[in-house]
Parts: sequence; structure tokens; C-alpha cells
Amino acid sequence: MSTMTISSPVTNSLTAGKLPKHSPMMVLAASWIVVGALFAVIFLSGATETFNWAGTLFFGTVLYCIALFLFSYFVEGARRARDRLVTALVTIAFVVALIPLISLIGTTIVNGLPAFLTPTFFTESQRNVVGAGGGALHAIVGTLFVTGLATLISVPIGLLTAIYLTEYGRGRLARGITFFVDVMTGIPSIVAGLFAYALFSLLFNDPGIRFGFGGSVALSVLMIPVVVRSSEEMLKLVPNELREAAYALGVPKWLTIVKVVLPTSLAGIVTGVMISISRVIGETAPLLIVAGFTASMNYDLFSERMMTLPVFVYNQYASQGADSQAYIDRAWAGALTLIVIVMLLNLVARLVARTFSPKLGR
Amino acid sequence: MTTAVDRIAIKAKERPGDRIFSTATVVAGSLILAVLAAVALFLFVQSIPAFVAPADAFKGDFSNFWSYVAPLAFGTVWSAFLALLMAVPVAIAVALFISHYAPRKLAQGLGYLIDLLAAVPSVVFGLWGIGVLAPMVQPFYANLVEWFGWIPLFAGPVSGTGRTILTVAIVLAVMVLPIITAICREIFLQTPVLYEEASLALGATRWEMITMAVLPFGRAGIISAAMLGLGRALGETMAVAMVLSPNPEVIFQLLTSQNSNTIAANIALNFPEAHGVGVNILLATGLVLFVITLIVNMIARVIINRRKAFSGAN
Repeated sequence: MSTMTISSPVTNSLTAGKLPKHSPMMVLAASWIVVGALFAVIFLSGATETFNWAGTLFFGTVLYCIALFLFSYFVEGARRARDRLVTALVTIAFVVALIPLISLIGTTIVNGLPAFLTPTFFTESQRNVVGAGGGALHAIVGTLFVTGLATLISVPIGLLTAIYLTEYGRGRLARGITFFVDVMTGIPSIVAGLFAYALFSLLFNDPGIRFGFGGSVALSVLMIPVVVRSSEEMLKLVPNELREAAYALGVPKWLTIVKVVLPTSLAGIVTGVMISISRVIGETAPLLIVAGFTASMNYDLFSERMMTLPVFVYNQYASQGADSQAYIDRAWAGALTLIVIVMLLNLVARLVARTFSPKLGR
Repeated sequence: MTTAVDRIAIKAKERPGDRIFSTATVVAGSLILAVLAAVALFLFVQSIPAFVAPADAFKGDFSNFWSYVAPLAFGTVWSAFLALLMAVPVAIAVALFISHYAPRKLAQGLGYLIDLLAAVPSVVFGLWGIGVLAPMVQPFYANLVEWFGWIPLFAGPVSGTGRTILTVAIVLAVMVLPIITAICREIFLQTPVLYEEASLALGATRWEMITMAVLPFGRAGIISAAMLGLGRALGETMAVAMVLSPNPEVIFQLLTSQNSNTIAANIALNFPEAHGVGVNILLATGLVLFVITLIVNMIARVIINRRKAFSGAN
């Protein structure tokens, strides 16, 4: 008797009441086509001058969310429908977050490339240049000098602090340093610039003081906490067995650190330092305040104003001369140079990390 | 007698190298605390003349320092608040996408992609904001004022250039997004896998698993991530200085060409030409900004540190 009921078509109970696997993709394509067709009709009727691509993508995606929710609601029920809706929204959020990155890099390349490719951009300064021509050599040299000195100041202090925190630090001082290093990562860059200015204008009693070294000090204030955090993380990864083996052989503690702990974590520390350089090399505000701007070359960190690449970009944009397009082109070219430097630093840092890091269990 | 023997701790011989090295590390560590104290001290010393400056020392129509800094402080907080309003939901969604939705193999690469946004210098964001974003959003602003002008926030007249506080907030949101995302991602990944598997095994959908296991576990982390983002947005200078068309008043409207400036942008715009007590006034506004961000960051760090498992954003 009961076997009679089986004569209805056999369904797979595991997939019953579910949408087919690729249905979200199909719904997305369908909604884009529907909305696109709608906009095409509007375009062909002459109501708009061009086909509305942005509108198609935007309203198509909205329609997709609604349609997918409704389909799923009637086939799979309310809980699955909500799950599918959230999956769609989360994915859309990710794509939306990428749009500025793509737009920004795209525009910088398109706008910056013409001036970037002129031969004088890397060989000349802006001295006596009005309108088109000239280059950013003074700014590039200034950026390398200022950032280089900032690195020279920050790395020893940051690394020693990280060693203190991982190898020596116990108790209140260590906890205080950890807390305030974290707090220091949040100092606004302009405040660091104001600090360097306040310090040196008091020391030298010169209210109009501008020099490259001040910029290095300001950048160090921003860079030290980043170096401490990243080095500390790396030093913590060194297995304790290595330290204990060294102690067992009678090696003093400081030699253990110098000869065992540091070499083991060197790749990670180098990576952290390079990433921290890439963080501060683009800082504009502190250098605008304490290093100032100039159109000439300056190789002396300790006297006179010193141009840097970010300030060059800002200055070219903010004070455009008669032939304003030339200034804007140079600003974009400077921005492109900055992005190339930052991306290279990041890329090399990741390569160093991947190639030289000791292989841990993961 | 045996107790006396037990008490003798075995101590390693202290060599000169040991002493020099450990002293150097302590000095370096203390130097950081000293620098932070010096920042506050020097800014304060240089700010004293501003607190007692006469009314004619200020640019514009102000009777004393506090009436000068109030609109700037308002602009700073208002723009940062708007930026967070946009950035936090998107950042949480992006972090969830990377930690729980994206295919495992792709997840790390996608994380790098978002981190790249954090590496872009702020002056480039400024150029982009004024050259690309502002002209792009201006027509939308015009429509918003036309249709929703009766809402006080969207009241006209609309800015013809798009250089309004809303544009600034969008740029700021893009800039703080990677910071908030990075921290949220770390925290979401730390959710105990057993909780997640248990809720999935009980028949929860993925979204129900996230609302029941991941989000409650990460709530403190999300709050502190948002506050760190707030600290960054409060202190951001160049993007605001380049994009905003400022006005020294308290203005709530989002879409007009009159906008409250922020402290940081005001300093960057006026510092190169400032002289005499004008420099001290700008330094004093910097001190106000420093205090605001310090408080925000300290609260965020206290919340993070309360959760020992979490190791840090960097």
C-alpha cells in the first residue's frame, strides 16, 4: 500500500527546496540585461545623450538583490533568503571598496604619465621655471634625504624598544611603553610636524625655522611606533627553544639576542621597516610645516628649506602659475612617482618576507 | 638550614656587554615616553601666547582663542563622524567578506588589495578627491538639493564645484576603510572555530552563524577599530585642505559651498604664511587636536587591551 506513494517523480531530498547552484550568477546577469534594456530604450528614444552605464550597473545590482531575495524567499524560505541577501550585500561592499582604489590608480597613471615621461622630470629642479618644463629632482632628492635620515633615527630606537619589550621588559614600564606606543600610532601627522617646529624654533630661537632635519624628526615621531609594533611581533615569533639552547651553551644574554634572536627574525624586521618607510614617505603635512617648500636643489639637511615629493605635489596644485595645466600635470606626475615608490616598497617588503622568513609550521 | 639553601637564586654572571645592552634598550623605550611627553610639553609652551592673544590677532571675527577654535573643532568632529558613518558598515562587510565569504585561496590576496589603499599617500587622495570625485558627485548633489532640500541637512544652495564637507567625508571614509577593515578582519578570524561549527551544525545559515557567533565575539574589537579610524579621520590634513572650500563658522549643511573647516586643514592652509602670534594660535589649535585624538586613541586602546587575545592592528 505504502509503495504506491513512491510513484511520484523521485526528488533528491538533499537538494529539494533549493535554488540551483548557479542561480545567483544567472539572476545577476538577467537583472543587468533587463535594466540595460530599459536604459537602451531611453537612450534610443533620445531622452539621454549617451547610454547610462553607471545607472545600468547600479540599478541592475539593486534589482539583483531584490530578485534574488524574492526567488529564494519563495523557494527556500525566509532564513535562506536573508542569508543570500547578506552574501550579495557583503560581496557588493567589497567591490564598492575596490572602486576608489582602481579609480585612483587609473587616474594617476593617465594624468601623470605625460609629465612623468618627459626626460627633464628626473634630471631638473623647478628653479627659474615658469609654466611648462623643469622637473622634480629637487623634491625626489629631498624626499630621499629626509626619509633616509628619519629611518636612521627610527630604526635603532624602534628596534631597541622592541627588544626591550620582548626580551627584558617586565612590569609597569613595559606595560606603559606598550600602551603609549599604541597611542602614538594615532598621533595626527600634522601634530608631529607642529612638535618638530615648536621644538626647533624654541631651541634655535628662530620663529621662521624651516629645514630638512626638522622634517626627519617629525617623520621619526610617526615612524618609531610602527617600527616598534612590527619588530615586536617578529621577535615574539622566535621560538624560545633557540634562546634556551644558546643560554645552555653559556652564551651571554646580549650575545644571544644579537647572534641568535635578531638573525632569525631579520626578514620580518626588514619587511616591517620597509612598510613603515612606505607609510611616512607620503606624509605631506609635517613636511609642509617644518621643511617648507622651495624650487631649488638643496643637499643640506641642516640649513634652508627642503622640497619633498608630497609637498611638491601639493605645492604644484595649490599655487598654479599662468600655464595652469603644466602645474597640474606635474602634480599628477609627482603623485605617480610617489605611488610607484610606495608600491615598490610594499612589493619588495612582501618578497623579502616570503623569501627569507624562516619556515614555521604553517 | 635547607630553607636557606633554597633561597639562593642562581644568577647569571652580568657581563659589561649585558649591562650596556640592556641599558640601551631601556633608554630607547623610555625615550618614546619622553617624546610623547615632549610633544605635549612643547606644543603647550608655544601655545600659551595664543590663549591670551587679543581679538585682532585672529583672522576673521573672533573675540578670543576659544571662539576661534570652536568652529574648527566642530568641523573636525563633524567630518570625521560623517566619514565613520559611511566607512564602518562597509568596513565590517569587507572584513566579513575576506574572513568568511571569499574563497580561502583568494582571501589573503584580497586582504593585500585593501591594504594597498592604506599605502596611498594622503596628498594623492586630495588630488583624486578634487580632480575626480568632486566633479563626479556634483550632479548627484544638485539632484539631492532639488528633491530633498526640505531636509535641513541637504538644504541649498548647492555647491557648484562639489567641494563640500560630504565629499571630504567620502574621501576620509575611503582613507580610514583599510584601517578598520584590517582590525575587524583580525578579530573575525579569531572567533573560536568551535562556536562557528557548532552553530552551523545546529542548522544555522552562514548569516545566522555570523550574527550569533562572530559579531558578538568581535563587538569590542569593532568598536575600538571604529575609534582608531575616528582618530585617523580627525587628524587627516591634506585631503581635507585640498578638497574643502572652507568658511569659519559652525555649519551643518552637507552640500553648500560654505563648510566648517577642520583643525588640521586650517593649520596646513595658514601655517606657511603665518607669523608672530598667528603661529602660536595655529600651534594651540594643534594642541587641541592632539588632545582630542589622544583621548580617542586611549579609549580605543583600553578597549582593545581588555581583550588579551588580540595582539594588535599592525
